Amino acid sequence: MSDKKNLAVEIKDLVVEFRTDDATVQAVNGLDLEIEKGKTLGLVGETGAGKTTTGLSILRLIPDPPGKIVGGTVKLNGEDIFAKTEKEMEKVRGNQVSMIFQDPMTSLDPVITVEDQIAEVVELHENVNHAKAVERAREMLELVGIPGERGTEYPHQFSGGMKQRVVIAIALACSPGLLIADEPTTALDVTIQAQVLEMMKNLKEQYNTSMLMITHDLGIVAEICDTVSIIYAGRIVEHGNLEDVFDYTRHPYTEGLFNSLPDLDHREQRLKPIKGLMPDPSNLPAGCAFCPRCDYAMEICKTQKPKRVYRNEEHYVECHLYNEENIKEGMLNRK
Amino acid sequence: MWKFILKRLVMMIPVLIGVTLLVYMILHFAPGDPAKVILGEQATPEQIEELREQLGLNDPVLVQYANYIINLVQGDMGMSYKTKGPVSDEVFNRFPNTMKLTACAMLLAVAAAVPLGVVAAVRQNTLFDSVSMIVALVGVSMPIFWLGLLLILFFSLRLGWFPSSGSEGWKSIVLPAVALGFNHMASIARTTRSSMLETIRADYIRTVRAKGVAYSKAITKHALKNALIPTITVIGLQIGFMLGGSVLTETVFAWPGVGRLMVDSINGRDIPMVMGCMILVCATFSFVNLIVDLLYAAVDPRIKSQYKSGGKSK
Repeated sequence: MSDKKNLAVEIKDLVVEFRTDDATVQAVNGLDLEIEKGKTLGLVGETGAGKTTTGLSILRLIPDPPGKIVGGTVKLNGEDIFAKTEKEMEKVRGNQVSMIFQDPMTSLDPVITVEDQIAEVVELHENVNHAKAVERAREMLELVGIPGERGTEYPHQFSGGMKQRVVIAIALACSPGLLIADEPTTALDVTIQAQVLEMMKNLKEQYNTSMLMITHDLGIVAEICDTVSIIYAGRIVEHGNLEDVFDYTRHPYTEGLFNSLPDLDHREQRLKPIKGLMPDPSNLPAGCAFCPRCDYAMEICKTQKPKRVYRNEEHYVECHLYNEENIKEGMLNRK
Repeated sequence: MWKFILKRLVMMIPVLIGVTLLVYMILHFAPGDPAKVILGEQATPEQIEELREQLGLNDPVLVQYANYIINLVQGDMGMSYKTKGPVSDEVFNRFPNTMKLTACAMLLAVAAAVPLGVVAAVRQNTLFDSVSMIVALVGVSMPIFWLGLLLILFFSLRLGWFPSSGSEGWKSIVLPAVALGFNHMASIARTTRSSMLETIRADYIRTVRAKGVAYSKAITKHALKNALIPTITVIGLQIGFMLGGSVLTETVFAWPGVGRLMVDSINGRDIPMVMGCMILVCATFSFVNLIVDLLYAAVDPRIKSQYKSGGKSK
């Protein structure tokens, strides 16, 4: 199937563990993910579901120890990155794949000027001298809406929103084919969020970049994503295009996510949170990981992992509720 | 920035006044009559009384102190009770030796400690880490005089590589510098390690790595620069300890420095000489502190901007 589509990134059966003396934390458990060139995939899930770990795996930057990529493959433009040497990976990072991190406050080196931090990535990957790289860094600053001459300042002289713009400028400086955005707006206030999102959307179109948008905000997904993967306990439980997942929701967990959004038309209603907490990733349930919190749980869910059932070419769900026959109609009673 | 430096230099004056006053009082109230010590056991009470009058020891202590300061401001540090020569000659004669020893010991300590701390942090929980931190622990715990004696025993007596005492030629400084430096290396290494451990896990190091920067360069260029601030603090403090506290080293190796002069003078109740040593050590230490603060600003732009605005906002 991957031959037909032009894939920027293809992750198959990725397994990542964090091994400490006390326990082995199963952060990612057989995750599959595909992003077509120029498209944006939203990776949605709760805190601790393995979103950031997935992003870092693509860059092979899982902190090791304690983290270990145990199995699976990650292909970038068809090339297996786990087969690459560390030197080759250094050429991939920041050049083919860039990452925007969650917390702009701590993501920049406090003792180096902003323009030098942007210039560093340019110097590494493009054959230019320092002066040229700084010039390019200033262009990037202008591009993200910061006056170029402020490049000589240090991160502590910038506000949170501006720091995130700088992080974005660093990520885009070498026009990467794939941009991993790890909750890029979570640490920003709402007005700045909208600006930053709008900017990312424009830049993405300008550079024809593919994007992995890691978020827990379904609003952001609706805004800028083409396809959505819902991740739970390190596995994709439902995947499809925007319309599939938003209008033909199949997985009880996805339903729970939608139900826990406030509804402007029925403000008198209480919010409906998903009951319970994420399972302990060092001690996952034997069957479906969502089973203890699921309103539709059956006996089989406790003991057996659900298989993948496809609703159409793209849209699939991993849940015991479904088989080939009933997947079209759906079984949920989402309000 | 210049304003900050000037302010700090002016602030050294009250510090020096405080130190001299304190030391003068302690010396005054300490048991033992300088006149008696100078004249020896056989002196008659009349002789002692005459000398006391001559040295001004019968005046009230604050008058004595005031006289001392007045002379000091005019550049006169007084005459030594013991050698009868000017204190300034003796002290400035000895001081370069102490500076030389401190500088060599500190260079050795920093040159060994910073790489050791960095590698120990990068290889946390490995054998290298454990061994180097045990060495550091030994370094902190081992008394200097004992280490000094061991060094003399081994390198002077057994191997005959270095002289056991004196200050002639570069060879004679090696053993005292190693003894003094080893002790201080330990705490610098530990500080470097712990601040490195913090910075190599920082988010911005991950950002740097995500740019494609090699791990070793991320450590040396980004993490180390951020980790240096606590290390610089410790180094500055250690220089102070070295200047004033190298007595043991200087005694063991018969090194003609200020530390030994000071201890000898205290034993001989040679008040002007003690004061002279104290003032010099104290002024140097204040100056080193200023340099340390300026180094902070050079390393960390956040501190630099504080210095620039500090005069106005606070």
